[in-house]
Amino acid sequence: MTVATQSPRTARLPLNKGGARRPRRVRRLLGRLLPLGPALLLLAVFFAGPLIWSVYTAFTDMALSGAATTEFTGLENFRRMFADPVFVKSLELTVIFVIGSAVIGQNLLGMLLALILRGRGGAVRTIVNGVVIGAWVVPEVVAGFAWYAFLYKTGTLNAILGHFGLSQDWLYTMPMLAVILANTWRGTAFSMLVYSAALSDVPPELLEAAAVDGASSWKRLRYVTLPLIRRSIVSNLMLITLQTLASFGLIYVMTGGGPGNASSTTPLYMYQEAFQFYQLGYGTAMALVLLVLGALFSLIYLRLIKLEDS
Amino acid sequence: MQGRRKIVTAAGALLLGAASVSGCTLSSGSASSSSKTITVAYQEFGSFIQLNAEMQTLKKQYEAAHPGTTVKLEPIQASENDYYTKLTLMNRSASTAPDVMYEDTFLINSDIQAGYLAPLDSYLSKWSDWSEFTATAKSAAVGQDGKTYGVPMGTDTRALYYNKTLFKQAGIAVPWQPKTWADVLSAAETIKAKLPGVTPLNVYSGKGAGEGATMQGLEMLLYGTGDQLYDSATKKWTPSTPGMLASLNFVKQIYTTGLAPDVQDALNPNFGTTISTELIPQGKLAIDLDGSWLPSTWTSTGAKPWSAWSSTMGVAAMPTQNGQAPGTTSMSGGWVLSVGSHAPDKQAAFDFVSLAENKANALNYDITAGQIAERTDVAADPSYLSTNPTTEFFTNLVKVTHFRPTYPVYPQISDQIQVAMESVMTGQSSPSSAMSTLATQVSGIAGSSNVAAG
Repeated sequence: MTVATQSPRTARLPLNKGGARRPRRVRRLLGRLLPLGPALLLLAVFFAGPLIWSVYTAFTDMALSGAATTEFTGLENFRRMFADPVFVKSLELTVIFVIGSAVIGQNLLGMLLALILRGRGGAVRTIVNGVVIGAWVVPEVVAGFAWYAFLYKTGTLNAILGHFGLSQDWLYTMPMLAVILANTWRGTAFSMLVYSAALSDVPPELLEAAAVDGASSWKRLRYVTLPLIRRSIVSNLMLITLQTLASFGLIYVMTGGGPGNASSTTPLYMYQEAFQFYQLGYGTAMALVLLVLGALFSLIYLRLIKLEDS
Repeated sequence: MQGRRKIVTAAGALLLGAASVSGCTLSSGSASSSSKTITVAYQEFGSFIQLNAEMQTLKKQYEAAHPGTTVKLEPIQASENDYYTKLTLMNRSASTAPDVMYEDTFLINSDIQAGYLAPLDSYLSKWSDWSEFTATAKSAAVGQDGKTYGVPMGTDTRALYYNKTLFKQAGIAVPWQPKTWADVLSAAETIKAKLPGVTPLNVYSGKGAGEGATMQGLEMLLYGTGDQLYDSATKKWTPSTPGMLASLNFVKQIYTTGLAPDVQDALNPNFGTTISTELIPQGKLAIDLDGSWLPSTWTSTGAKPWSAWSSTMGVAAMPTQNGQAPGTTSMSGGWVLSVGSHAPDKQAAFDFVSLAENKANALNYDITAGQIAERTDVAADPSYLSTNPTTEFFTNLVKVTHFRPTYPVYPQISDQIQVAMESVMTGQSSPSSAMSTLATQVSGIAGSSNVAAG
């Protein structure tokens, strides 16, 4: 009865007058939060701690050797970075790497595989899934070595091409293409799994209805399927973009960022400056720029694919 | 309900507390026991295995002489650049810093400045053996404050190794002693023309070879042109000189005309090991610009025993650019043993250093690792002089040798030299634009007031 007669205004009343109730609420809240304490503490120490430390380091001249003290240098690291042609080039290469291997490679190939596999028999699915996921579960360094051995100038690919009188020193003449192919190969499984799950949620009636209305298979995909799974597309794009932005091991094993700086994406250049040339401050400043780049990609995705119907 | 939840929470808090307390006791326990342990950090990588063998022996000797003390050896398995990085990372925290460490003289000023090393003057003054070290050796690890921070384990010089068998096949007269860079290049051209499948000439270059590229490569060229990297009279760095341009041109010429190894191979950090254990013993490399320690790889205790090396390989001093006086050139570096500034018992750590550097141990190490002795009594020892046929040759190069300007900023400048070499050998920059990039980078590192205008 009371529930039915309460106006929105009176419903808020207990909150305001509850002088006696508040301590109990607070106690209950504390009781609920306390078990979270250990997890929060661990997060603060091992996650927030290094994060805050790295933001601080980015504004200092911290070095591994050569100076006993660390001085606050303000924006000096960032000024130096954008005057450094190698860094600017590394940003370009990072964008090429992300667009080539994540947005185009993994994303489109994963979607294609998921579409082809939809409604196929169990045996086909099992075999294709097994092969694609196999590439995904292989450790990064192992995958890097496998591709290195495959593309090396006396490697498998050239041995095969040699029968046709062709040969190409892939890792040396086109290192970016080599690492983009390798990363696409390795990461496609993730997109495929995300899209397989999303496609299974698309109601078959809608597709049948569209077919009855005379929509071609391309139109059914464009106007029915894709709009229905757009949330999965955005989350998938964001996840693989962030993963690929930070990708280090694969490129490091295959080309080491070389020859010269030809495949030195920002994480590799960052590693070189921080741990080979000892400029920790400069290296962490690059990490911050990388973070901003990740945020930019996310913004673009959100703008391109509107989540809510307007 | 409420009561039970409280109990659970309290138990959780108690558990967490207990865990952190036990964590504390654990760490304090290891700290107190480390006062009776001396940790020794050094490099063990690829074909460089002699130091590890030496350290194993020293551990036994030290523990026998100091009962109750344990020597904990920490061999760091990493290529040259990675070794320096791992060592400096260990030094950043007192809990991981080694008590005794194997330090390259090129990094020592940088590490002194960072406060990682302890001055040894008060211990050295009480150590009678110190008078046996040569004056050059004593100055190897002196910081800008005038104090000594390390005891040299041996130095080195650099020169050309050549394969006499391949030279005879190509019709080049042996013994061979080029008078100018052009002589070196023409010999390499002849090899290239006569012996397909053989790499004519190796000069280390690029970031993969690390300091080896700077020192065995560019500086062996540069210091033979009349120019140097640092002008000690004006106290300025000199990155843009005609000599630097000529040196980068030399690198460009050999890597772009097929005289040098494949660029892709040369950029591999393991290439030094490939050279000494595969290409040279297999007769696939005719001339190699390398260090005096190289034959230690081929002795019976080395990584690639090769008894025929002394009859197969010849040595020739590196000529100056146009044969200008003194006609030949070389570079010297070397490694020292230092005591960490965090060492709880510095006397015990220094005792280990002095044991490692006494006559018998220094003699043994200089012989097995192919080092040039820095103790006069070792240098005069007949067993040292008869080590191998090249010892006398490399020891004599000390007369024309040069030392690197190992100021604290040197390691960073060396990195930029490797970047310049790599951009030239891959054809990404012309030698002149690589040199101007280098000059800009050096100004940024050392401060433009400390760099001479090009």
